Amino acid sequence: MALLHFLKPKNQLEEGGRTSAPVQQDAGEPEKNCPNCHKDIPLSRLWAGGLVCPCGYHFRMKSRQRIQMIADPDSFHELYSEMRSGNPLRFPGYKEKAETVRAASGEEEAVVCGTAKIGNQNCCLFVMEPYFMMGSMGSAVGEKITLLFEYAAEHRLPVVGFTVSGGARMQEGLLSLMQMAKTSAAIKRHGDAGLFYLAVLTDPTTGGVTASFAMEADIILAEPGATVGFAGARVVEQTTKKSLPKGFQKSEFVLTHGFLDGIAARSEQKKLLSELLAMHSGRRIS
Amino acid sequence: MSGAYSRVRQARDNGRPTGLDYIKNIFDGFIELHGDRRYADDPAIVGGIATLNGNPVTVIAIEKGHTAKERTYRNFGAPHPEGYRKALRLMKQAEKFGRPVICFVDTSGAYCGVGAEERGQGQAIAENLLEMSTLCVPIVSVLIGEGGSGGALALALADRVWMLQNAVYSVISPEGCASILWKDSSKAETAAESLKLTAEDAKSFGVVERILSEKEIGKKEFYHRIRTLLTEEIGELANDLDLIGKRYERFRRIGTETVIKESV
Repeated sequence: MALLHFLKPKNQLEEGGRTSAPVQQDAGEPEKNCPNCHKDIPLSRLWAGGLVCPCGYHFRMKSRQRIQMIADPDSFHELYSEMRSGNPLRFPGYKEKAETVRAASGEEEAVVCGTAKIGNQNCCLFVMEPYFMMGSMGSAVGEKITLLFEYAAEHRLPVVGFTVSGGARMQEGLLSLMQMAKTSAAIKRHGDAGLFYLAVLTDPTTGGVTASFAMEADIILAEPGATVGFAGARVVEQTTKKSLPKGFQKSEFVLTHGFLDGIAARSEQKKLLSELLAMHSGRRIS
Repeated sequence: MSGAYSRVRQARDNGRPTGLDYIKNIFDGFIELHGDRRYADDPAIVGGIATLNGNPVTVIAIEKGHTAKERTYRNFGAPHPEGYRKALRLMKQAEKFGRPVICFVDTSGAYCGVGAEERGQGQAIAENLLEMSTLCVPIVSVLIGEGGSGGALALALADRVWMLQNAVYSVISPEGCASILWKDSSKAETAAESLKLTAEDAKSFGVVERILSEKEIGKKEFYHRIRTLLTEEIGELANDLDLIGKRYERFRRIGTETVIKESV
């Protein structure tokens, strides 16, 4: 068994045997290796496909790229861009780490918020940033998302959110944990006003974000192959001392267990989101 | 041993009173109500109706158990999704009948297992947070031992949160934090210190309102004191016409002051 281990497919996409399109290569062009099909894909081709490998593997995407992909051209107006977390616990190494990440990612925080049009429909949009401490939720992330839902409630707008997160940011301790409560309460108010919230969970969406605003949307979609769960797979394996079922915590698995409305490949997201927003903007009975 | 880590050790101590001890000693006529009406009854969370000073209340407690057998049966106080769903069912029932809700929280965290994930551990916690934020009856949560992350918060989105003097409340266990940050779980003591997880820390962040002394813990006087405090607090909250508005503000302000609002 152990000998054969290396022959096992690396993930469900590969297991599912999705046909990989042949990859044309220009000599000398920079390439990226796909962790699913293990082919080297020219970057230009990946970009053209919205960072999706011809085999179907969805690479992580920076928040700004995602906004460009999903919002109508020039429709995004950023809100709360100046906000960032301090170091309320004086947690060792946090300040330095945050500064390094800020410089490397070009982002102030792990979520970008604003207003936008998607398919010519007004909405509030938040997109979490995988390259900022893996989208971890500290005070600023919680505050920005809360403010956005409050803004949306005030202006009677739907909210579209793309999540990616390792969970609550431990360097802000209890203050991070409390952001789960704070964002949830704001979402409840927005929802009680009859307003629509749609979440798209991207790889990975875990921990305190799953246990709050990712799972509180009226419609919850996920990208193919995305990890969606509460506890990390490694923690589950260590706790239970059992091997995990096939495709554990992948979006296809989570869909089967009834916690997602659907899986949306990146190429179809704009159209699907536009349609869903349209269906929630019409006249209502009573 | 660092001060913070010694608190962690005390919070986890097997000899500490558990949820059921509080229920039995503070309330009268407790009637346990089982099951989430969805999947199962989770023994890690005990809930039911009782009276507090003659008035009906809904009581929910995470139970760790005392003996080895009990602890195994209670899954060491690590609830499954159905435990959180049972708790929510009982809270909605309390809302319908105008009963205050009192929760006793003591968990290292929501259970990390395959079944728990399959049945939506994250979704169950999220739904509790969503619904508790607008529950129309007073909620008081008392952290009696370990306040382990989202699994504890799912019973602590309350109007008042109290903590035992040696209880801890944290976003992650010190061991988990040390192993993620420093790849070394033996640095748990340092992590405990850094995480600011003591009752005094939580009070300084505005996360808890009251620290309960552990003088005479487990004795009659101890429970009597908590009973008196709960009776007074519930009486006050029951007359508050803006309960939900204040509950919103209670959580709304947490972490707001520590956010920096100008560009670098």
